[in-house]
Amino acid sequence: MTEPTATRVHFYQVGSFAVGNRLLSADDRTVQSNPARTNSIDSGHRACQGCGEALGARYALDAAMRATNDRLVAVNATGCLEVFSTPYPETSWRIPWLHSLFGNAPAVATGVAAAMRVKGRDDVRVVGQAGDGGTVDIGFGTLSGMFERNDDVLFICYDNEGYMNTGVQRSAATPPAARTATTDVVGPEPGNVFGQGKDLPRIAMAHDIPYVATATVADLHDLERKVERAMEVRGARYLHVLVPCPLGWGSASSDTVRLARLATESGLFPVFEAEDGVVTGARRIRRRVGVEEYLRPQRRFAHLFNGAGRPDVVARLQAMADANIERYGLAPDEEE
Amino acid sequence: MLQQIEGSRAIAETVARCRPEVVCAYPISPQTHIIEAIGAMVKDGRLTPCEFINVESEFAAMSVSIGASAAGARAYTATASQGLLFMIEAVYNAAGLGLPIVMTLANRAIGAPINIWNDHSDAMAVRDAGWIQLFAETNQESADLHVQAFRLAEELSVPVMVCMDGFILTHAVEGVDLMDQELVDRFLPPYEPRQVLDPDDPVSIGAMVGPEAFEEVRYLAHLRQLDALELIPTVAAEFAALTGRASGGLVHPYRLEDAETVVIAMGSVLGTIKDAVDARRDPGERVGVLGITSFRPFPIAAVAEALRGARRVVVIEKSFSLGMGGVLATDVAMSAPWLGQRLVTVVAGLGGRPITRRGIEDVIERARRDDLAPLTFLDLDEGVIARERARMSASRRSGPFAENVLRDLGSATEARR
Repeated sequence: MTEPTATRVHFYQVGSFAVGNRLLSADDRTVQSNPARTNSIDSGHRACQGCGEALGARYALDAAMRATNDRLVAVNATGCLEVFSTPYPETSWRIPWLHSLFGNAPAVATGVAAAMRVKGRDDVRVVGQAGDGGTVDIGFGTLSGMFERNDDVLFICYDNEGYMNTGVQRSAATPPAARTATTDVVGPEPGNVFGQGKDLPRIAMAHDIPYVATATVADLHDLERKVERAMEVRGARYLHVLVPCPLGWGSASSDTVRLARLATESGLFPVFEAEDGVVTGARRIRRRVGVEEYLRPQRRFAHLFNGAGRPDVVARLQAMADANIERYGLAPDEEE
Repeated sequence: MLQQIEGSRAIAETVARCRPEVVCAYPISPQTHIIEAIGAMVKDGRLTPCEFINVESEFAAMSVSIGASAAGARAYTATASQGLLFMIEAVYNAAGLGLPIVMTLANRAIGAPINIWNDHSDAMAVRDAGWIQLFAETNQESADLHVQAFRLAEELSVPVMVCMDGFILTHAVEGVDLMDQELVDRFLPPYEPRQVLDPDDPVSIGAMVGPEAFEEVRYLAHLRQLDALELIPTVAAEFAALTGRASGGLVHPYRLEDAETVVIAMGSVLGTIKDAVDARRDPGERVGVLGITSFRPFPIAAVAEALRGARRVVVIEKSFSLGMGGVLATDVAMSAPWLGQRLVTVVAGLGGRPITRRGIEDVIERARRDDLAPLTFLDLDEGVIARERARMSASRRSGPFAENVLRDLGSATEARR
């Protein structure tokens, strides 16, 4: 009898951390592996190649459908997801779906939830969804109101760090130094400025709502698990999903998942869960990378590396990543 | 049952008997008493099943109503003035989506300068939003219009706004015959939505519509407004048969049969106008009144018919389009183009300024003598205007003009003492 190996089993032989469904028990497999899944947002929509939002929304909503036994209504803010899924007369939605305005999706979702409750249809659950502009900026007032009242809505922000639908302008979720159409790479401090922006998951936690989580399209099992966890809870819940945008970030469409992974592995995007305002768990970094590895493939940060580059700016971004790693305890095991 | 009751309370009691399922509220004077009363009824269980939701803004109030209505619930909210403007994007959206929300608009002026009192500027600001807009003359009619509003909204899948003058009606205590529950139930069947968010039958609502279909979709919404022109009198007649009250309809003619001078207005000022007309009728003057109940859709044919024998028409309105003139008067002119210069606009009652019977009698007399300018501002203090114009000419930095006027009036008061 040989000794059990001292090395923990790693599934990421291909360097992607991906776990093939065939290696998992049926219960642990992704919803997408089931041919009978809903396809809540069906094929044929008009998202860009490599769209992180389309990927995230498909996984999140199909997981929500499974978690609610197909008793789901989705409310959508104006934005890429709404535009690419519904140009008349086609719709990609195979679930009941309502789009009202850019800034009111949380309140509309509250109204749907209230209608279901008053009609005794508590089995029907409501998901509100928006991009980062619809969540952290124009929809922030209605979102905060929905949180504060603890309305029975899961709100999902698909964060691609800018107003991509209108041509890549800055939002309050755009990272410092990033080039957007309204934070051009001109002047002494090219790109978006430091010291601004909103950390919405932490703002959500400050409302003491029962469940807040972040996720990325690099770990879709984790995203599905968090959607399912959210659906086990009543009240206001918030899920913030990082969804790289090849168009807005100036990245290869084949790099969407890789960039989402590098965002977490660098510490720039912390992946964690919180219940009742308290962090209950964070996903540790597996193989730590410097922020440069994440920034370099994106043209929105190209000005940091052209010519002599801006090592000072990269260092400030690295400091932000280090602060996240410290705050959420993200350091990989080896470093402890 | 006839009782002495505050207008707002009468509306709250009546709306409650319409069995709204989701009521969403944000406070703004002068509509607060309505939603306060409904909130209390939900909280103590008198109004059930109903969800009462306190939200963080009027924009949220209309948005919650949109979600609730799209999910098949009967939805109600109320607002006024700045609140209506704050929710205006959602006001248009509710109509564009064809959601039969009913909203009370406690008409109030729009700032700046900030002013909480009554005029019709708020209703006019959403004239083109696609809502049916009904104006109540009395608290009795306002209560009755709310019951009719749910019928109209739900039959047509169009939202309805019941406009009632802020304070003048909302805060006035007068006799109102409140319909009992059984009577309301006979008139108002349960809400059967034309479109609904239902997991058993999924639909997409609010899809993007491009140039290939947008005009048709908008035209269909216009046709529903034209359908309302047919339905509003039908519903009012049915209501009259049930209650014996002539509330609602498109227009309210009063002593029009042989009238040479016709005064047109909307809302509570009609009572004062009728008193003035009665006084002028006694010595034999041929003057009458046309009250407009349905401002949107605008009853072009009914107005044209009512004005066929008129030699001159005076439109008294509590709002105007800056740089142009009367809003209601423009619609009246479109309805009776043959009137030409014989139609004049009198802007009155802005920001709650009282409109007196004497003032209206004076207007009628001047109209008879063809002595009214095409656009006349009732009781305008020309001295105040001239002095502020002079200050503006004298100095580049003449300061904020509203505050200058207040200071001017204050010193004028001092001087009189």
